[in-house]
Amino acid sequence: MYGYHGKILFIDLTSRRTWAEEKPESWYQTYIGGVSMATRLLWENIEPGCDPLSPKNPICIANGIFAGTPVPVGAKYGLASKSPLTGFVGDSLSGSWFSVALRRTGWDGIVLHGASEAWVNVLVDDGRVQFRQADKYLGLGTFATEEAIREDLLDDQVRSATIGPAGEHGVRFANVTNDGRQAGRTGHGAVWGAKKLKALSVRGTHGVRVADPDTLMKLSFDIIESAQGPHTAKYRLLGTATNVLNMNTLGLLPTRNYQEGVFEEAELVSGEYLEEHHKVKKIACAQCPIACEQVSAAKQGLYVDAMTGIEYECLFANGPNCGISDMNAVIKMIDICDRGGMDAMSNGVTVSWAMECFERGVLTKEDFRCAKYPEGFAPTFGNAEAGVTLSEMIRDREGIGALLSMGTKLASEQIDRERGTESRNWAMHIKGLENPGYDARGLKTFALGLAVGTRGGCHNRTAAYDPDIKGEVDRFSIDASRGVLAKRTEEYAAVYDTLPLCKFIRRCFSGKADRAGAWPAIQALINATTGWAFTYEDIDLIGERAHTIKKAFNIREGWTRDADRLNYRWHHEPMTRGPSAGHVVTEEELETLKDLYYQAKGWTADGLIPKSKLLELGMDDVAEAIGV
Amino acid sequence: MVTSTSRYKYITCDPEKCIGCQLCEYICSYTKTGEYNSYRSRIRTVRVDEILITAVACRTCENAPCVMVCTRDALSQDQESGIIRLDKDRCDGCAWCIEACDFGAISINPMTKLAEICDQCEDEEAGPQCVLWCPKDALELTTPDQRAQRARRKLATEEALR
Repeated sequence: MYGYHGKILFIDLTSRRTWAEEKPESWYQTYIGGVSMATRLLWENIEPGCDPLSPKNPICIANGIFAGTPVPVGAKYGLASKSPLTGFVGDSLSGSWFSVALRRTGWDGIVLHGASEAWVNVLVDDGRVQFRQADKYLGLGTFATEEAIREDLLDDQVRSATIGPAGEHGVRFANVTNDGRQAGRTGHGAVWGAKKLKALSVRGTHGVRVADPDTLMKLSFDIIESAQGPHTAKYRLLGTATNVLNMNTLGLLPTRNYQEGVFEEAELVSGEYLEEHHKVKKIACAQCPIACEQVSAAKQGLYVDAMTGIEYECLFANGPNCGISDMNAVIKMIDICDRGGMDAMSNGVTVSWAMECFERGVLTKEDFRCAKYPEGFAPTFGNAEAGVTLSEMIRDREGIGALLSMGTKLASEQIDRERGTESRNWAMHIKGLENPGYDARGLKTFALGLAVGTRGGCHNRTAAYDPDIKGEVDRFSIDASRGVLAKRTEEYAAVYDTLPLCKFIRRCFSGKADRAGAWPAIQALINATTGWAFTYEDIDLIGERAHTIKKAFNIREGWTRDADRLNYRWHHEPMTRGPSAGHVVTEEELETLKDLYYQAKGWTADGLIPKSKLLELGMDDVAEAIGV
Repeated sequence: MVTSTSRYKYITCDPEKCIGCQLCEYICSYTKTGEYNSYRSRIRTVRVDEILITAVACRTCENAPCVMVCTRDALSQDQESGIIRLDKDRCDGCAWCIEACDFGAISINPMTKLAEICDQCEDEEAGPQCVLWCPKDALELTTPDQRAQRARRKLATEEALR
């Protein structure tokens, strides 16, 4: 088999036993790699219904088929566990040097069972597995932990995926981080922390053999050249932060906990402002010719020690969405998240929920007592120091930070139970995952994509905002086309997440990002790597299968149609200003959209998957387990 | 800091331009071994302190220390190009050359136990493959004097425009 090593490593953290499992080629052809293979490993290795923070929730890692080859943006791996935020599938991607080093170890994936008694750093060193004591790394930030492990082993070929203090403390939206990149969103850091796994390190000497290296080299070279041109200019020049002004113009920039879609000080937190005043260096993941990571530093004031990569999603969440326009403070908040090892989007949206709670009197100054401010403080929207302090309190689970560290869903439910309030109405999450930086009241296809998302409120798993923003459909109303659009865009994203390839390369194959523009090149890359004879239709199937295994996992964990819902605010409270003012997604609209979507997917009216559909996809054992 | 005083060309990396993508490593290992394995690359990317990134290959030192310390006369330097050549029959993988190199530019192949050093792809028609593939044009094959000349020209332009 080309493009794979053909074996998966299993590690039991409780007994410290390790074993290997070989999978047939048909298994690899069905699940490929990345989030799809990681979720399949999760499907095979979890006890349904288990507590996500118990030893029964395994950590499942699946590398990409292009990791360690010159295929641009192909150094990525998938990570799956049951999410402690949503109770459904927690599937994440991270990339860069770790993925390449993992490839060299000779394993296609790693599954970690159980939980360690003492804090541990697992080192996979080619075929050997070492359990290293990790007590001395406790409290270290993510990047610092990686560096410390390299220094201890005197080898900078060792790459590590780590958790920071947030994961150690059990913040439910803690991340796993490697090489400055995050496997984010769904709380992997909390799962690792519960297992006392501080870091997973990899070091290897094996090369990658592909079926047709000459073709692969030529394809890669052309894509790399194309990636220096206009198709990636957005990412190379200003990075995703350029979206701040774009979204503001459309009235979709979440402001003050999604109360509005226009931020009056957007210029001060824009990609343009960041470039001029804070930019330090543009960095790439391994294997990437684009270099989108805009490393930026605070330049004055209280937070001059802060420096990290700034993306739009982190920027909107901790900036406009908290009413904060001081870029130095926003960089500091994101720095706290990145070094502390927690999700900067969930952090910003949780802080903004707390700020609204304060402004509405649900939480009071006394609720915000901490070591730094023993009398408490007043976290009004726009209070930059409050944003920074709350981020630190969440990371350390200090004072009210312990409540906020559970995310907006669990935090609002607890406060409402204790105080008889209705703070859940402004808890901006879907299925427990905090929402992204596009207000769905003005993007109705995207509203559907988010509501039915297997991961919760995530912009990365559905590109359904695309037809809305490009004007291919009317973004303020619904029609019969939206079900198919939501299906296509989520399965399109799933193809990239499975190989995985970074989506920022999507226009570089032919100038067009649609299936007709991208699939022929992706097909050629897969076939040159593996020697398989995948057709155009097979590429579609990669996406459909990847999405289906995630949905199947959720069904087995108790998903029902009712779980595909939006947050209260998007249903009932229109924005008052800007081009998207006056709109909501009504409950009737959403139910109609869901009908259209389930139909487009070939599912039942209840959103369940027919046995026949699963058999058609070659997922026989899944059909047996959850098919109807 | 030790620097090469070479009159020879060698591959350098502009850390301002380098993004840390490692593509040079894949291309090098493929060109030299036929498989993708950055562990076997003769040019190595380095990233320290998060934002300091560069790539390092043989700097073709004059009176190259690696050649001088080799106890088995396995290494020699081409007088025309400065490229360090290895006599496979003589090398026994003792690693003295690695100790002697101030740039960390030599490695021992874990399989063959032979020293491996950048030869600027002298057998390739298109020249060094890493230079060809570098997406940011951070790598180049030049002499220190050529780079100094360019620096002077750049300075002259900037001062004239001031």
